[in-house]
Amino acid sequence: MSKNLQEILRGTRPLASQHGANRHRVDTERWQLITGRLGRGLDMLALWADPAEVHMAVRASDGGALVIVSHKIKDGVFPSVAAHHPAAGLAERIIRDLNGVHGDATPDGRLWLDHGNWPLSAPLSPTPQAAQKVPPYTFLGAEGEGIHQIPVGPVHAGIIEPGHFRFFCVGETVVRLEARLGYTHKGIEKLLEGKTPLQAAPIAARISGDSTVAYALAFARACESATGTEIPERAHWLRALLAELERLANHCGDVGAICNDAAFALMHAHFGLLREDILHAANLSFGHRLMMDVIVPGGVSHDLDTAGEKVLRTLFDGLRARLPDLIDLYDNTPSLQNRTRNTGTLSAELAAKFGTGGYVGRAAGREFDARKATPYPPYDQLDFDVPCLEAGDVNARIWIRIQEIEQSLHLCDAILGRISKGDILVPLENTDTKPREGVALIEGFRGDIFMWLRLGKDGRITRCHSRDPSQYHWPLLEAVIENNIVADFPICNKSFNCAYSASDL
Amino acid sequence: MRKLLFKSIFANTATTDAPAPSPAALEELGKQVNKKAKALLGRSLAIRVVDAGSCNGCELEIHAVDNAVYDVSRFGIHFVASPRHADVLLVTGPTTRNMVTALKRTYAAMPAPKWVIASGDCACDGCVFADSYAVEGGLDAVLDVDLHIPGCPPTPTALLQGMLALMTA
Ligand code: SF4
Repeated sequence: MSKNLQEILRGTRPLASQHGANRHRVDTERWQLITGRLGRGLDMLALWADPAEVHMAVRASDGGALVIVSHKIKDGVFPSVAAHHPAAGLAERIIRDLNGVHGDATPDGRLWLDHGNWPLSAPLSPTPQAAQKVPPYTFLGAEGEGIHQIPVGPVHAGIIEPGHFRFFCVGETVVRLEARLGYTHKGIEKLLEGKTPLQAAPIAARISGDSTVAYALAFARACESATGTEIPERAHWLRALLAELERLANHCGDVGAICNDAAFALMHAHFGLLREDILHAANLSFGHRLMMDVIVPGGVSHDLDTAGEKVLRTLFDGLRARLPDLIDLYDNTPSLQNRTRNTGTLSAELAAKFGTGGYVGRAAGREFDARKATPYPPYDQLDFDVPCLEAGDVNARIWIRIQEIEQSLHLCDAILGRISKGDILVPLENTDTKPREGVALIEGFRGDIFMWLRLGKDGRITRCHSRDPSQYHWPLLEAVIENNIVADFPICNKSFNCAYSASDL
Repeated sequence: MRKLLFKSIFANTATTDAPAPSPAALEELGKQVNKKAKALLGRSLAIRVVDAGSCNGCELEIHAVDNAVYDVSRFGIHFVASPRHADVLLVTGPTTRNMVTALKRTYAAMPAPKWVIASGDCACDGCVFADSYAVEGGLDAVLDVDLHIPGCPPTPTALLQGMLALMTA
């Protein structure tokens, strides 16, 4: 914990029920001291609410452990975080829609997830209300001569998740973009309530299909943190292998897809083949192409046998042999780089202020990777680099992915070299004694995923919250597209590849 | 680039053999798709995909159907950008309540005759999300479905088998 944070928290004690991270109840003065420093030395990792308290996970930007601070909610109101820290904007709107409580000076009172289509409102509150009448959405807009609007979505021309984008343009130039999401809201946090960790795991694994391994890992680690369960050594190594396979598959898919949005189909075709090879090998070695439900609370459900190991080694050799030509092709095609360089540029300042993770942050000078910053096994025993660039444009986000592909291949080799035989699954401990809370922060392919949960006396989940890296990426995407041309939106958008499902929950 | 293209010419083709149409799909379709429809479908199929709140796993595998290995376009099947061009509406996800209006409008914008595929366990019956306040729990609650392709997500082969069944039923 950094000195600043420590000083602010002096005189408070961590609550006994928390295992994986310290949670402190704080008064308004301390809460506001912390909020005032967000983006200026402190990073906000998540903001969510219970009926009685609002919780914020924070960590010093220059390192240290994650801390959770809680402030009580009085008459449905808490001291706004978003009023001081724009990155908290979406979280605060989500809290209002799901919990029915709001920040006192919240800068954006518009409904976000609640489009007026549910049979109730404030589904996470202990007393949900009748459905509310939701007024038509008002976009923030832009005024000036010749400004016109382009509405896009929620059904898009391509095969992607649904969301609405409203462009305000002058000629070809985007003056303002506003995303309107919530279309994929599935009520996941409510569904998780009342379930045992094992019943809830398949739901958590479907928060985002492309990150199913990452979410299953985050959920499992939060459960294990809450119950104080030690999983077998081999399970840790298998989990890392699964996580790196998922990263490889997604990064390969993304690099190809970004180039495809610049009409460079050759890269897309070749990276599509690499991705297909990875999924095929995943299916042979772990029994599912996306490796769904392999990571479970207590370990992993599917062991890797000798045949599977051989499949993976062949896969890695193949990838290593084919990648250099493709990287060369990207590097030596000026017409492609012409589209990716200086397009959708995110400033290092904004990246730091938002505490944004993943390739978006690392392409803009923020060297945060949960595998290194808050290491968890087996990454604490593995040697790898976290690539980081300064340019912040589409090109930088491509290069971060390419370098991470190389790092993941290197990690996979190391894992296969060091993994030892043994058990892969144990039952969770202490699930029916007293209420327990657990937390996890892990690195998915998009960035750091936060997961927090509380188990009741009966071992069932009373509250579970997850925060996807996209919660910070979405507003930044809106920011970087400003002054770019409309035709560059697809390539910017793909280079961010934000999650809809994991953001809407 | 020339080097890579040159290599590709002499490499073995990546594309798999065509799978047989799914028997289960043929049976489901046999009951519904009439002769006239079969004649109209001919040898090509234009598909409009709508994600009605999926976890995006289903989309990933639909993308895979389009890659060089499964190469769906060799069968005359294309994913189209507009519902106006589509014969088939392929829907994924547990049909979130927030997507119902957009989904119905997309269907309405398609010219008849038209068919509807529910793709993935979510679209078939809501999968793990079925009990939520925020979903309809499957596509049947909103549209008349001609073909259900189960799976979480359906593999590219399963998707191909379903689509081929629609063309041969
Ligand atoms: S069927 Fe499975 S993969 Fe498809 S959207 Fe539902 S949960 Fe995701």
